[in-house]
Amino acid sequence: MTFSRLTAGAACAALAIALLAGDAGAHGFAGARFFPATILTDDPFVADELSLPTVAGSPRDADGAHEFSLDWDLAKRITPDLGISFGQGWKYLKPSGSPAVTGLDAFHAGLDYQLFRDGPREAIGLVGLHASFGHTGRIAVGAPDFTTLSPTVAFGKGFGDLPQSLSWLRPIAITGNMSVDFPTKTTSADTTNPNNFNYGFAFEYSLEYLQRQVRDVGLRPPFNRMIPLVEVAFTTGLNRDAGGQTVGTVQPGIIWAGQFVQVGAEVILPATRSTGRGFGGVVQLHFYLDDLFPGSIGRPIFGN
Amino acid sequence: MRWVLFGLIIALGAGEASAHAFLDHAVPPVGATVAASPSTLQLFFSEPIEPSFSGVAVATAGGQPVTTGAAAADPNNPAALVLPLPQLKPGRYRVRWHVVSVDTHRTEGSFEFSVGQ
Repeated sequence: MTFSRLTAGAACAALAIALLAGDAGAHGFAGARFFPATILTDDPFVADELSLPTVAGSPRDADGAHEFSLDWDLAKRITPDLGISFGQGWKYLKPSGSPAVTGLDAFHAGLDYQLFRDGPREAIGLVGLHASFGHTGRIAVGAPDFTTLSPTVAFGKGFGDLPQSLSWLRPIAITGNMSVDFPTKTTSADTTNPNNFNYGFAFEYSLEYLQRQVRDVGLRPPFNRMIPLVEVAFTTGLNRDAGGQTVGTVQPGIIWAGQFVQVGAEVILPATRSTGRGFGGVVQLHFYLDDLFPGSIGRPIFGN
Repeated sequence: MRWVLFGLIIALGAGEASAHAFLDHAVPPVGATVAASPSTLQLFFSEPIEPSFSGVAVATAGGQPVTTGAAAADPNNPAALVLPLPQLKPGRYRVRWHVVSVDTHRTEGSFEFSVGQ
C-alpha cells in the first residue's frame, strides 16, 4: 500500500468515525479561561479541531540548510475526555550546496486523555501517547525509517484566581508539555537515534480575558479576541551521540481566536547556536469543528 | 487529498454552525465604577443564548449574595440577558454568569464593577 493511500484511508476512516458522533463541549476551556490551540507546543486539552494549513519557513539550520513546510493536524474526541489526533506535513528542504528536495514528512498520531479540568483554578491537564511513524515520509527530507513513541504530559494554568490587587495579571496563562522520545531503532544508516527529552511552554496574555473578565478597556474587533503569546520549545538529547545537546526555538506571536476559526502567526527564533541562525515564521489557520459542526463531527463519538 | 477531505467535512456539516457564547460587553461595563446604583445588569453575548439554561448571580466583594430579580432574556436581543438589581450600596460587586448558547455549548465567567467609589 502506498503512503498516500494509507493517509487517505486513515483520513476517511476518521471521517466515518466522526460522522457517528455524539454531543458538544470541547475547546480549551477551564472555567472562564479559554486556552487557544498553540502552534508550537502541544495543547493540554482534547478537542475537535483542525489545523489546516500550518505554513512555516524555518531559520537556516546550523549547516546552512533551510526548509519550508505545509502541515495539517486533526484532533477528534472519542469521549469527552479521550481524544485522538493525527497529521502530516509536506516539506521543501534546501541543503547548503545541494539541490532542493521535497516530500512528505512522517505521519504522526496521538491518543490523549484529559486528566482534569479545574474551573475555579483555571487549571487543566492531559496525558497522552504520541507516535511518529517510520517509512511514512520521504527520508531525503528528514522523515525517519523508524517509529518513535513519545509519552506526553501537558498542562495549562490561568491566573484568573490572582487577588484583586493583581487583577491586571489575571489575563496571563501558561501552558506546557513534556515528553520523552523512544525510537524503535537505535541506529539508522550511519546515524544514531537518541532518546530525547522534549519540553515547551506558551506564555499568554489574553486580551479577550482582560476585556470580559477584568476591565472593559474599550477594545474592539479584532483586538478584543487577540492573545499575544511567546512559545518556547526545546529538545535535549539524552544519550548516544546527542547526549546533552539541545536545540529549540523561541516564538513570539499573536493568536486571534474567532467564533469558528483562529489564526495564529509567530516569528521563529533559534534558541541555541546548534539550532540555527536568522529567523523564520509560521502562520496557522485553525478550525473549531465543535463550533462549526456542533451536531455531527464536532461532538465526541461516545458520551456528551 | 487534504483539501478534498476538508471539502467533505464542510459539505457534510454545512449550515449547522453556531459557537460558544463569549461575553461581548456588559452594562455596567466590566471593571467599571458607576456613580449610582444601576437598576439592571445587562450582559451581551457573542451568540444567541438559551435563557432557561443560563444564570447570573451578584455578590458583594465580601462574598455576600445580593438578592436580585430573575435573569431574563432581552426580548429585542436573543444574545442578551437582563438582571433586575435592587438598590446597591456603594461598594464593589462581583458578577458570576453562565450561559448555554443555542447549540448547547456552555461558557461561564465573572467580573466586578463598583458603585459610587
